[in-house]
Amino acid sequence: MAEVEYRKITKRYPNGVMALKEFDLTAADGEFVVLVGPSGCGKSTALRLLAGLDRPSSGEIYIGGSPVTKHGPGERDIAMVFQNYALYPHMSVYKNLAYGLRQRKTPRAEIQRRVHEVSDILGIAELLDRRPAQLSGGQRQRVAMGRALVREPQAFLLDEPLSNLDAKLRGQVRAELKRLHQRLGITSIYVTHDQVEAMTLADRICVMNRGELQQVGTPQEVYEHPANVFVAGFIGSPAMNLVPATVTDGQVRVAGHPVARAPDGHTDVVVGLRPEDLVVQPDGRSGIPVTVDFHEPLGSHVLVHSVLGDASVPVVGEPAGIVVQAGADVRPAPGQRLALAAEPRHVYLFDASTGAALTRDGRAQVIAS
Amino acid sequence: MTTSASPTIPGRTAEPAPAEQTHEHRRFRLRRPSPWHLVLIPISFILLFPFYMMVVTSLQTEAQTRRFPPLLTPPTPQWSNYATALHAAPFVRFMVNSAVVALIIVVGNLVLCSIAGYAFARLRFAGRGLVFGLLMATLMVPFQVTMIPEFLIVKWLGVHVWDQLGIDHLGALVLPTLATAFGIFFLRQFFLTVPVELEEAARMDGTSRLGVLFKIVLPLSLPALSTVAAITFLDAWNSFLWPLIVINTESHMTLPLGLTTFQGSHDTHWELLMAGNVFSLVPMLLVFLIAQRYFVRSVAATGLKG
Repeated sequence: MAEVEYRKITKRYPNGVMALKEFDLTAADGEFVVLVGPSGCGKSTALRLLAGLDRPSSGEIYIGGSPVTKHGPGERDIAMVFQNYALYPHMSVYKNLAYGLRQRKTPRAEIQRRVHEVSDILGIAELLDRRPAQLSGGQRQRVAMGRALVREPQAFLLDEPLSNLDAKLRGQVRAELKRLHQRLGITSIYVTHDQVEAMTLADRICVMNRGELQQVGTPQEVYEHPANVFVAGFIGSPAMNLVPATVTDGQVRVAGHPVARAPDGHTDVVVGLRPEDLVVQPDGRSGIPVTVDFHEPLGSHVLVHSVLGDASVPVVGEPAGIVVQAGADVRPAPGQRLALAAEPRHVYLFDASTGAALTRDGRAQVIAS
Repeated sequence: MTTSASPTIPGRTAEPAPAEQTHEHRRFRLRRPSPWHLVLIPISFILLFPFYMMVVTSLQTEAQTRRFPPLLTPPTPQWSNYATALHAAPFVRFMVNSAVVALIIVVGNLVLCSIAGYAFARLRFAGRGLVFGLLMATLMVPFQVTMIPEFLIVKWLGVHVWDQLGIDHLGALVLPTLATAFGIFFLRQFFLTVPVELEEAARMDGTSRLGVLFKIVLPLSLPALSTVAAITFLDAWNSFLWPLIVINTESHMTLPLGLTTFQGSHDTHWELLMAGNVFSLVPMLLVFLIAQRYFVRSVAATGLKG
């Protein structure tokens, strides 16, 4: 196990696409770091560069303190779980697990011991004689994990390992991954586009967009203090409402309703409101005016989809949609008008032109480092 | 996973196991006549007719072979023609020569075309597209255009490098087709379909590039390799023009060349020639039957012709 470090890594593909720009990241020994972002954000490129499957255009990669940028994938002592598992179809599960060890000339008895140990941990001991084609999706996934674990690598790379599983299995395997990491404590770099996976698994989340690091922090930090509009919209489910606002008389107003004190020197701001922080006001109390579009009952709560504004209040810009997570008993009719409120500490402000978070009310902002 | 015994539903028989089911299904499909058979059966008769005539002629007397219209059934099969043919020429020698040449060519093609095809499929190197294009272009050059330069090259090699590669040696039969553009192209196309993640996984497991080819890619390419083996074997076994040019000594002749012994400038022993043909056909038939499963499937899948 070892620390993994990217230093000013840039990757430009021959066709001119800039996949990664001056990427800096350090994963401490034993840490579980999740790279998350939309497709094409550079997260898979970052993983492939660490694996040695691609070479960076510039910058250095360190594993366990020593530079490995010029090393081939076999010399880096790291293991990877591929999205489609990449199990060798012509080998039994046992041989799949043993392959990496045999390539490294591990003694036969040691191979046997490790394969059985790992297959016991993963509950695949009965499958050792089967071929990958005879396994279910979940079983293949475990074998792929096992093939990586059995090597006892310096670091563990996972490229969207859950995306080929159905929703129920995904939740199960996610929990198993978490337990496994707690137990073994291997430095892990995990790539996903699913922010739920990122939040649940990560010690630290690294949000990426268009080849650039947006923010690095613990799941709680990234959720509570998004560094910019992109992070704010990406982390959290349902996504944060980002609505246009006006600044008048030292107040930030959404659809005319004041929601926060205006930050110094900014007149063009975007307001971020998490669905779970919004409260539907009782009749007669003022709030952000919205018109209900439809609602989605989810048992424990109801998601109310609404449109900003009402007939009497002019709205700046296009009418924006606002989602509210309301109590299970709220059943608004389409077209009904509601007033929404949020505590000032739950109101996020962003610069409309740069997208950067604006500091307010003494709340610290974690800016991309 | 849990398995539970399903309750028996009255009036319903237990469903057969899936394997049984598909087997049953396949047999059913094979038996069912299709309108296409009305077309295919006559065509297969037309295609089989020359082979039938070869066997019939091989069982006739010399006089009967000259009859017109030809006899469609041998009045009394002259089995002795086969023994005569075997003794009339060193057939065993021809057969051994053909086998040695064909086997070396097959092995050479499998090894060399795999390596070259893999390089074209997966390695990035300067001029890859250009070199591959040139290689493909050679497929369009007929052998008759290149045979004289090839002859000169082989002659030069025999004189300056190793006499076994020179004119009138088996080496001259092997060398020019030890790797073929077709084999390289065919294997490259197949290698492109092998998921690249498998190769990446193997490389992360510490396998070299060549190790990836031999341990991962080739075991997954058995259908393509069988096809290349069968096609190159048939080509090598049937090759006539090139052996005719480079081989003069009877003891170095291959079967097709040896069969010409029966064709004189004034008379031809048709019955012996056909008996010899039957001999030379048997190994090809065997190869085709063994490789048929892969052969038919991959030729159909790629839309390629041998």
